[in-house]
Amino acid sequence: MTSLRHFGTRIIKARWAYFFVAPHLVLYCVFFLLPVAWSMVLSLLDYQWWGVEFVGVANYVRVFADPVFWKAVVNTAYYTLGVVPLWLGKALIISALIFPFRKPLQTFFKAAFYLPHVTSAVILSMIWLWIYNPPFGLLNYLLAFLGVDPVAWLGNKLTAMPSLILMQVVMGGGSSIVLISAAMNGIPMYLYEAAELDGARPAQVFLRVTLPLLKPTLLYLVVTGTINSFQVFTNIYLMTRGGPQFSTTTIVYMIYDTAFKQFQFGPASAMAMVLFVITAVFALVQFRWLGQEVEY
Amino acid sequence: MLVEDKKTRPGHYLSFSLLLIAAVASLLPLYWMLVTALQQPTLTVTFPPEWFPANPTFLNFGRFLERPYVIRWTTNSLGISLIITGVQLFTCAMSGYAFAKKQFPGGSILFYLYIASMMVPAQVTLVPLFLIMSRLDFLDTYWGLVLPGIAGPFGVFLMKQFISTLPTDLLEVATIDGCGEWGVFTQIILPLAKPGLAVLGIFTFMGQWNQFLWPLIITNSSAMRTLPVGLALLQEELPMQYGLLMAGATYAAIPMIMIFLMFQKYFLKGITVGALKG
Repeated sequence: MTSLRHFGTRIIKARWAYFFVAPHLVLYCVFFLLPVAWSMVLSLLDYQWWGVEFVGVANYVRVFADPVFWKAVVNTAYYTLGVVPLWLGKALIISALIFPFRKPLQTFFKAAFYLPHVTSAVILSMIWLWIYNPPFGLLNYLLAFLGVDPVAWLGNKLTAMPSLILMQVVMGGGSSIVLISAAMNGIPMYLYEAAELDGARPAQVFLRVTLPLLKPTLLYLVVTGTINSFQVFTNIYLMTRGGPQFSTTTIVYMIYDTAFKQFQFGPASAMAMVLFVITAVFALVQFRWLGQEVEY
Repeated sequence: MLVEDKKTRPGHYLSFSLLLIAAVASLLPLYWMLVTALQQPTLTVTFPPEWFPANPTFLNFGRFLERPYVIRWTTNSLGISLIITGVQLFTCAMSGYAFAKKQFPGGSILFYLYIASMMVPAQVTLVPLFLIMSRLDFLDTYWGLVLPGIAGPFGVFLMKQFISTLPTDLLEVATIDGCGEWGVFTQIILPLAKPGLAVLGIFTFMGQWNQFLWPLIITNSSAMRTLPVGLALLQEELPMQYGLLMAGATYAAIPMIMIFLMFQKYFLKGITVGALKG
């Protein structure tokens, strides 16, 4: 009884805290938490406009038996394995090249590489549709100088996915460059000086000093980059519609198609849950490995 | 010093050239968009491409702006982005302040919930949100466009991180001086949190201005579309009118590019702050 009263006074004392938290919390519960919870329930329902029926794991069984879904999982993994290493490698090399320059020049380059990020994926997709255009596009025009015949980059099963990856790698990496540069600037100077005194060459310094100390930042970027790449949608929607022959159908594109073209809410929710679980695994990896602080 | 030394090495020029090439490559598509937009509108596509248009013209922009609903899409996008940004700034600052400076039962559990939900892919909420909006009769309305954008957890996390760095003594002094709870928030916290609010405001505005999937799903009449969705529909309708399409793309890209050039330091700061773990 006393503990209950004690709890009551604590709540009353904290009333201002609840008042400050409340406005956002209400919206967050209704338009974020509730949908997440409902998504789990929906994946177990046969949801039609004429009625709702509990079907257990039937949606999951159906989704896992669908060869197109597995194709989408493989495509998503293909896209991610293509984008993340290339884009991180690019960011790492550029950050290393930027590092020795003076601050204003560093900022200039960071801004130049970040600029494409502020435009929407819709705009970038429109530009690249134009660049990849088979008869009139810039890419085939430039390749003609090397004697390459025009290629239908997005209309071809073999080249469609690599084309989407290339676009992302060329335009991306800006925010990773900013983060890696910040981490590089955080590495104490004396470590470099000591390495130099020991007669280490620049390449050795980079591999033995810089790279190990960047590990937490790089790991963070691998995880967030993987999670983001798993959610690719806009480029697919504008540039290929998942084709040709499902060669660029990704998980999120399939969720969209299943839910909002075929109105199969149950199976679409089951697919969303699969995406959720994959993302959660990567997020947990990040929490576990990044939990340890780095010591210099 | 080592850093000074490096500046005189011949390798310096090599790395500068490499950087310049890479920077040009990543900016070339945007330049290509602009150049295509400035070319003469013709029925056939000009080939080979003109790198520097001999007679640059805004005719493509004119044709784009004359199309039905383009102005409406612009005001929709602007209005939605501004409202979401405004409400987010206020509610997230309040919430972030409570999480940063007040101890209350359930507070830390709630904050962990916010952090955990930042990991949830937005696509998980798509179908249920659509059903909720249809139940509330908010399909194809501004309510449907705005509400989910306000509810996201990221802003609370960002503001909590920022307000935690403000000195607590100041709040105690203000309380002794007779500032009420609300006064402490509006007269002390909000002014001090301005840099954090700027970062959150810019990133929220950018995210909403560029948002595609949710507006695509929640709207179905031409008048309710946002600029990115309208552009995507135009791309479907007139796939070969590259001059017009690139004019539209340039038109939608320019506001964000201007904001970026004006508030560069907040962008660069926001990327690092956003990456901090809770």
